[in-house]
Amino acid sequence: MADEMRDMVLEYVIDEYVDEDDDEEVSFDTPLISSGIVDSFSMVSLKVFLEKKCHVSLPDKEATPEAFNTVNKICELVRRFQD
Amino acid sequence: MSNIGSYEKRRENFNWDIAKEVLGWKEGEILNIGAMCSDRICAQGKGDKKALIWQGFGGKQKTYTFNDLRVLSNGFAKFLQDLGVEPGEKVCLFMDKIPELYVSFLGVLKMGAVAQPLFSAFGDESLEVRLLSADTKVIFTTRKHVKKVRKIQDRLPALEKIVVVEGNPAKLRDEEIYFSMEDFRVEDFTTFESDAGTPSVLHYTSGTTGQPKGAQHGHGSVWGQALTTSWVLDLKEDDIYWCTADPGWVTGTSYGIIGPWSLGVTQCVLDSGFTSAAWYQFIQDNRVTVWYSAPTAIRSLMRDGEALVRQYDLSSLRHLASVGEPLNAEAVIWSEKVYGLAFLDTFWQTETGSMMITNFPGMKIKPGSMGKPFPGIVAGILDLKTNEPVTEPGTVGLIAFRPGWPSMFREYVKQPDIYRSKFVGAADDAMPAELRLDESLWYVSGDRASFDKDGYYWFVGRDDDVINTGGHLVGPFEIESALVEHEAIAEAAAIGKPDEVNMEVVKVFVTLNPGFEPSDDLELNIMNFIRKRLSPLAMPQEIEYSEKLPKTRSGKILRRYLKALEWGEEVGDLSTLEDD
Repeated sequence: MADEMRDMVLEYVIDEYVDEDDDEEVSFDTPLISSGIVDSFSMVSLKVFLEKKCHVSLPDKEATPEAFNTVNKICELVRRFQD
Repeated sequence: MSNIGSYEKRRENFNWDIAKEVLGWKEGEILNIGAMCSDRICAQGKGDKKALIWQGFGGKQKTYTFNDLRVLSNGFAKFLQDLGVEPGEKVCLFMDKIPELYVSFLGVLKMGAVAQPLFSAFGDESLEVRLLSADTKVIFTTRKHVKKVRKIQDRLPALEKIVVVEGNPAKLRDEEIYFSMEDFRVEDFTTFESDAGTPSVLHYTSGTTGQPKGAQHGHGSVWGQALTTSWVLDLKEDDIYWCTADPGWVTGTSYGIIGPWSLGVTQCVLDSGFTSAAWYQFIQDNRVTVWYSAPTAIRSLMRDGEALVRQYDLSSLRHLASVGEPLNAEAVIWSEKVYGLAFLDTFWQTETGSMMITNFPGMKIKPGSMGKPFPGIVAGILDLKTNEPVTEPGTVGLIAFRPGWPSMFREYVKQPDIYRSKFVGAADDAMPAELRLDESLWYVSGDRASFDKDGYYWFVGRDDDVINTGGHLVGPFEIESALVEHEAIAEAAAIGKPDEVNMEVVKVFVTLNPGFEPSDDLELNIMNFIRKRLSPLAMPQEIEYSEKLPKTRSGKILRRYLKALEWGEEVGDLSTLEDD
């Protein structure tokens, strides 16, 4: 279940935020915000994706650049609020 | 003692030449913003003084002196000359808040070209519209953002050179040029001899209808920017100043470059996104004394609470100011309570180039008020029906200003009719050169307010449908035009929806083409479609599906009707509404 979520989030990040001609590899621990792959303004759409697909409500206060910085951290956050 | 001293005395004895005294500028000196922010400060013996303390992601830091600014901006200026760029041509700066952005801005101006900074989060369509409108000849960008330029370059006939200033040069295409700022220090460069009217900075701003308009400023804007920086931001020789705005927007150039550096003041830049903890850490580490920020950020700081504030030493702060959208009274009161200093609201816009109505150091603050007109600014409230100045306190009308202040925009690029439409009382054939000096006219800002019996102004709202999200103006027309390019969407209307932190966020109403049904996937798809084409700011945060949209009998979508319903306001005259 946890692996499914990680795969789904990673796939979404690659599809929506990484350019087709980009040869940088994105993995579960690749920095997203601090590397500029996802800019801080675009976190809103990533948050909406998580809320809709994972059926969870993430408080704005928790949706920080640190919490969204890698796929693994994102999944940790989502699991915390799913529980 | 504040720089302004007594507001009332300053109003009585005002003329704009005081700005020259404040800068120590003598007749015969070159009036060129690029040189005034670098060479001139060095000539005053401050070459070794820190000009820029920069911090990026991961705590990466760089520091530049005014002498660094001088030789590095010379490098940009010479590089552009060698490329064949002529004075007056547009050079776009499309990058994050990296040092190259700030230095190239000065270099472009030094060689007489026009600096066109654009917000780096813009998508390819937003970028295209603005580059096409300006006939931009050269764009400076980074490896990260050059991909957006590549997508549109074939549709930009005027764009001759794409210059990448950061990233791996091996990954560039043949026609792209790599420029390393640090490797191009030039000791001597002959600055272009501009005058007050020579075009300097071009910022784009959104309106209700049509595509964004290019508000062109001139080098003479520095008088207004320097004097307001001195009197409102109260910057002094030893201050460490932090303006949180991005130079892709006007605050980031007027007060994030020109104001502080023309006065030889050290400034800090943090280019790593927003978190309250990171911001407090930055203030503590750099001993920031004057902080100019925005209500959206301030409300986010409020949300994170007082306990967090207590974990940091913010005792260096001595003056706070805010811009971008109205600063609510709660934020003013909260900041006074937790920082011991109230954020002072300032009101101005892209077109005005510098602050117009503000709260001043030492003045009695009425939380929630915009403050009073800057000395030398003649402000008024015009009746909503007659356009005559109102005299009764508390009457809501249009905020307007008598033309003639030095930072006033000089034209909308290629759009003299729209420029003219901003002036009440303008002759049908009047051109920008006459309009901007005619003190018998009123320049209308597009915002509504009232004043009270003490002369304080109180913001009410926009007079049009432009959406103010986090202090950034987004045009509904741009969003609607992009939405109907989505395969699922037949018709669209975009409005601002109230938001606790951002003041407004984008909400859209759409009708779908046959074969498409509302779903979570479609909603995300539409959001990302707009985010990538326009910008994350323009991305709808709510999508409402309708069978049909309210229209006038002539077929125009009634945006104001949808907005009134959303805001719980009176819907007004519906006599033109199409029957069911």
